[in-house]
Amino acid sequence: MDTQDIIKQTVTENPVVLFMKGSAQFPQCGFSSRAVQILKACGVETIKTVDVLQDAEIRQGIKEFSNWPTIPQLYVKGEFIGGSDIMYEMYQSGELQEVLQGL
Amino acid sequence: MSDTVTLLQTALQALQPEHLEIEDDSAAHAGHAGARSGGGHYNLLIVSSRFAGLGSVARHRLVYTTLGDLMKTKVHALAIRALTPDEL
Repeated sequence: MDTQDIIKQTVTENPVVLFMKGSAQFPQCGFSSRAVQILKACGVETIKTVDVLQDAEIRQGIKEFSNWPTIPQLYVKGEFIGGSDIMYEMYQSGELQEVLQGL
Repeated sequence: MSDTVTLLQTALQALQPEHLEIEDDSAAHAGHAGARSGGGHYNLLIVSSRFAGLGSVARHRLVYTTLGDLMKTKVHALAIRALTPDEL
């Protein structure tokens, strides 16, 4: 399986996936940390995270997967939602809570 | 003002912004584990009528596309607020 297939499988098999730097417990970047905090504020209990610092191919591959050059990246039900700025905008408007409801 | 900010400002003129603010926040992030590849941290506020009718993802993509290789070389992280003149 190539990197794109692995990413595709990860976002399909998990309803909420955050590609980030570090882990939810120990984020290695302020933007990734903010993304985790937003998901927690939305009531997401267990967050499936992928630490891109552990895998150079995933780190590059995820940027190509959604044609999005930065990390973190949030996926819900296989769909790319956005980076931390968009997550924050959607959290403030209540849209993110709706997207995540029941997951 | 850093050279990268000037490069970003020049590139973003392509979107004909009515308002453009770029803040260099690199010093606050120097040396953290995620930033080893180099490249700075910037906060961008851009107001352009080109964003009208576009959702957030499309707006950010437009900014990223406009910046092209700068995203790969000079910029490690970019916080974006992309608004239309009506939204300001």
